[in-house]
Amino acid sequence: MNTMNATGINAATTEGGQTADATEDRPYGPTRGQPFADEARFKLRDVSVYYGETAAIKKVSLDVARNEVISFIGPSGCGKSTFLRTLNRMNDSIDGCRVEGQLTLDGEDIYSDSRDVVELRARVGMVFQKPNPFPKSIYDNVAYGPRIHGLANRKSELDDIVERSLRGSGLWEEVKDRLDAPATGFSGGQQQRLCIARAIAVSPEVVLMDEPCSALDPIATAKVEELISELSESYTIVIVTHSMQQAARVSDRTAYFHLGHLVEVDETNQVFTSPQHELTESYITGRFG
Amino acid sequence: MTDQPSQAEQVRRSLKRRYRKERRFRSYGIAAIAVALLALAILFIDIIGKGYSGFLKSTVTLEVTLDSDVMMLEDPTDKTARRMADFVAPLQQALMAELPPEAQDQPRAVRGLINNYASDALKKAVAANPEWMGSTRTMTFLASTDVDVYMKHQSDDRYSIKLSEQQQGWVDELAERGVIDLSFNDVLFTNGDSRNPSQAGVLGAIMGSLFTMLVTLALSFPIGVAAAIYLEEFAPQNKVTDFIEVNINNLAAVPSIIFGLLGLAVFINLFGLPRSVPVVGGLVLTLMTLPTIIISSRAAIKSVPPSVREAAEGIGASKMQVVMHHVLPLALPGMMTGSIIGMAQALGETAPLLLIGMVAFIVDVPGGFLDSATVLPVQVYLWSGSPELAFIERASAAIMVLLTFLIGMNALAVWLRRRLERRW
Repeated sequence: MNTMNATGINAATTEGGQTADATEDRPYGPTRGQPFADEARFKLRDVSVYYGETAAIKKVSLDVARNEVISFIGPSGCGKSTFLRTLNRMNDSIDGCRVEGQLTLDGEDIYSDSRDVVELRARVGMVFQKPNPFPKSIYDNVAYGPRIHGLANRKSELDDIVERSLRGSGLWEEVKDRLDAPATGFSGGQQQRLCIARAIAVSPEVVLMDEPCSALDPIATAKVEELISELSESYTIVIVTHSMQQAARVSDRTAYFHLGHLVEVDETNQVFTSPQHELTESYITGRFG
Repeated sequence: MTDQPSQAEQVRRSLKRRYRKERRFRSYGIAAIAVALLALAILFIDIIGKGYSGFLKSTVTLEVTLDSDVMMLEDPTDKTARRMADFVAPLQQALMAELPPEAQDQPRAVRGLINNYASDALKKAVAANPEWMGSTRTMTFLASTDVDVYMKHQSDDRYSIKLSEQQQGWVDELAERGVIDLSFNDVLFTNGDSRNPSQAGVLGAIMGSLFTMLVTLALSFPIGVAAAIYLEEFAPQNKVTDFIEVNINNLAAVPSIIFGLLGLAVFINLFGLPRSVPVVGGLVLTLMTLPTIIISSRAAIKSVPPSVREAAEGIGASKMQVVMHHVLPLALPGMMTGSIIGMAQALGETAPLLLIGMVAFIVDVPGGFLDSATVLPVQVYLWSGSPELAFIERASAAIMVLLTFLIGMNALAVWLRRRLERRW
């Protein structure tokens, strides 16, 4: 859990020595804890997301460091999924959705006009709440990404990628004899791990996970969580979860969202043992949410 | 409190009421279906009862002696000689041989038993086999329409029997001996239209329908699907798109005869395409079918679960790839079902085709898209309006042929949907 010190998370500096008082922009005061990192992959500054006129995310500033697992928690409707989806522009297809603020991935603007969204999504993979394999075979599911991005020139290379990805998601031993079987015939947990294999088959740098275990039983959840811990060695992972235990188990840092505001973000054990903001404390102690 | 019925008692009482309601509701449904089935049964019984005789033809089997003196034909290979020759005489002679002696004095009454086209058939046979001259052959010819009506409908007083008492007696006798017989009416499926009912067939109309449908399918399916994909996936949501959408829905409600007028004004008068041809018919029916295909294709695209779309986008598939690799394969069964139903509608369409001249009397079976043609429903319309009663049974037969095609197409739609539908 304490690996974050190595990546150098800085404490939030309150500007001009201002106290943590509420302002119009930040009714819950400035974000507590350590929102910024030295070695940041995503640098997000004053990000607001609007659906039509209503703001779902209000002036959120946050860094996501290299090879960290950061989880977003908060009550339903707090905007954590929306925020996650702005990171690979999955909200683009929603009518009336507008993003303001600065968002960069490795120093490059995510929302600039010259940014190719296809290339962005090849670098920032995504796993969804409900397992959503294509109605095709296991093999075709995993091979789809590499195929469309032209990552393999020969069949043998593609086979390697498929095997590597399925091993990476811990599914290889279970499905290696049934690669041609339709993916939709497998259990929910297997389907979700297949979706993770599909996401990592294109070797993304970041994997976004939107409540990946909410449709799974406890045993499948344990497997996926184990997988997340393994993946964190080579990928940056951003995970939205409703389960505080899950956040505590898998993530290095935890960010608490409330009604579109980022209230607190800190090392996970810090958030769960000594939250700085009373809203965070109420949430993690189960008084609401 | 104690005199109040217990809750369980209240529930039990309301249950009874609920079940009664449910039974009543179910019986309404059953009644509705029964009425629909009854209507269908009446339709089928009526059409089949009237039309089955259209699938039968009356034939006369004769021992024809091909004598060159009687026929005044010296050289059967000479076309001019054949034209001058008498092919009725040997038929008349052969028929008289089967009849009682008094028939010798009434050649006109004897000739009235055999079809006007029988001599043509004999001429063709002789032209094809000149070596038959001088021999006696057993050949089968069509009986005259009057004999045909008498054979099929002598007990039905809606039909007027034109044969004289004497002719009726001859026919009864010949039928008993098997000289005159009823057999399967292959003429119906090998001939085009004719003024002579026993020579009339639906092949011309079937071919006309086929060519028209091919044009309709080739144009309306790609255009309809492309329009649906564009509107559903690529079009920006604005006033113009809304306007187009409203108008497509309006187009689906336009009476089909209006499309016929449009076809007449645009395709024939403006573009100068010929009248009565399958190309124009196909173009008009395309206009009519397009809204159906677009609407059903859009519904099929909408029913593709967003999770599949998201999954593909999440890996970095471009818009085009999402549509081509994922949305289209999943939506295709629905699109095809909609298209086939649209095509079935077009196949049964009459009104717009009347206006572009596909109602003409056309004897030749069309061989291409630019040959004058008519279509099955128009053929039914033409025959059912004919004053000659022998055409009525052929109209019923044509209806049966048309219904067979329609049922076949609908069955194909159901089969395709079952076959291609994928679960997710």
